[in-house]
Amino acid sequence: MALLLEFFQTLKNTVIDVLPILSIILAFQLLVIRRPIPHIKQVGFGFIYVLIGLALFLLGLEKALFPLGKMMAEQLTAPEFIHEGAAVLTTVHWSDYAWVYVFAAAIGFSTTIAEPSLIAVALKAEEVSGGAINATSLRISVAIGVSVGIALGSYRIVVGHPLHYYIIAGYVVVVIQTFYCPKLIVPLAYDSGGVTTSTVTVPLVAALGLGLASTIPGRSPLIDGFGLIAFASLCPIIAVMAYAQLTQAKAHQVERNVKKRQRIKMNKRTLRQKKQEAEQAPIKIYQQDKQDR
Amino acid sequence: MNQQLLVFFKALLGSCKDLLPIVLVIAFFQFAVLQQPMPNIADILVGLALVVLGLTFFIYGLEMGLFPIGESMAQAFARKGSINWLLTFAFCLGFGTTVAEPSLIAVAKEAAIVAATGGIINNTIDAQLSYANGLRYTVAFAVGFAIVIGVLRIIRGWPIHYLILGGYVVVVLMTIIAPNWIIGIAYDSGGVTTSTITVPLVTALGVGLASAIKGRNPMIDGFGLIAFASLTPMVFVMIYGMAIS
Repeated sequence: MALLLEFFQTLKNTVIDVLPILSIILAFQLLVIRRPIPHIKQVGFGFIYVLIGLALFLLGLEKALFPLGKMMAEQLTAPEFIHEGAAVLTTVHWSDYAWVYVFAAAIGFSTTIAEPSLIAVALKAEEVSGGAINATSLRISVAIGVSVGIALGSYRIVVGHPLHYYIIAGYVVVVIQTFYCPKLIVPLAYDSGGVTTSTVTVPLVAALGLGLASTIPGRSPLIDGFGLIAFASLCPIIAVMAYAQLTQAKAHQVERNVKKRQRIKMNKRTLRQKKQEAEQAPIKIYQQDKQDR
Repeated sequence: MNQQLLVFFKALLGSCKDLLPIVLVIAFFQFAVLQQPMPNIADILVGLALVVLGLTFFIYGLEMGLFPIGESMAQAFARKGSINWLLTFAFCLGFGTTVAEPSLIAVAKEAAIVAATGGIINNTIDAQLSYANGLRYTVAFAVGFAIVIGVLRIIRGWPIHYLILGGYVVVVLMTIIAPNWIIGIAYDSGGVTTSTITVPLVTALGVGLASAIKGRNPMIDGFGLIAFASLTPMVFVMIYGMAIS
């Protein structure tokens, strides 16, 4: 019963969040386009499903995953866990935080796989590309990007390097890749950066960043705590373009192999023909000889 | 009826698969690394069931409602041929969906508290509130602006990488002159703006526009709106930081 009550509370909040979008859509549809929405009944039910789904999703996250994930982030970054027994850290060595990096990478990967807006974009990309882009592979490459990004971001907080060096270096990589990767994937890759960080990833990642920045001496949550999300939206761009480049390279390889095989086949065929001709040649000469005579 | 049930169960199974990695990661760290028992396991199981059910419903509704409405509106605007109305719609969509975005409100509040303790602004509730609101409206305006630029790009067929790479150059230049404490928040605000309902809607709008306008490829021109929406907030928030200090 209490659960049902909580569900309605979450549903109410979700509806309030969606209200601005809904009113904008309705206002423009009625006042500017002035045409009935096609398949209004189906679209209406779709909207209701989306709202119910989102409310259930958020409620479940709030009940199961967020408390546990946040607690883990706190425990893993706590001085007691890093230096057994010591309550306050005096010196910090980046390798002390090995478990934090593993956790950052694992949680980045797994939350991205469950991210609803990424699922939406991946489905659309598969549909638009006619199946040339596989939704699951796209999601996995984005997830790999996020996991590398968040692990790198945690490392940066531990060692205390300035954020913008990393981000600017990332931009340089993106620029170089843009000119070498298949044109078709570029807009999608740029999009995947912004898509990854929403409902599931942001709360957990923010907890990790603030936990790290507030326990390590000399770090301020103001400058170092934020910035993990920036990594999580930059690295997927690189990962998706790398995925496209790999697929392209593989396709080229396959093409080359096919051509090679064809060439070998051709060679074999011509060889066989020549052999046959050579075998028949004496007979021909004999027959010719006979005829001549 | 049976067939519908079958489709539903298939979707449910897919959602389970999407959620499996998180469960494995959390279980591994809880038992193997932190070596602690799982607290209130019943609550967690109920929560997981809700997440799976919610994800399934969401994806169901996405294909039925959100994608079609985004595409049909894009086509209607393209047929109407009024660029001004389309751009107004784009701005409203970007601004309206961002200003009420819960994760942005949360980040803005957090940023205000951190800024107050850091002595950037006065440590009063009023000062914090006005700082957080200023941040929110800045980001919302930036997203509205981004969608307008993105839609204009689709109509005109400008290549995306020049715009985005140009944006990166602006971000780098701004980073040099902006105050240090705003940089982290500015870089993060790019990521938090795009919510779960905005993303499918905006994607459908872009793809719908690109397929309705002659000579545009939905794959090359249709995607990219979200990329703008996560770039402009960085620039605008850094300007906000400079204006405040």
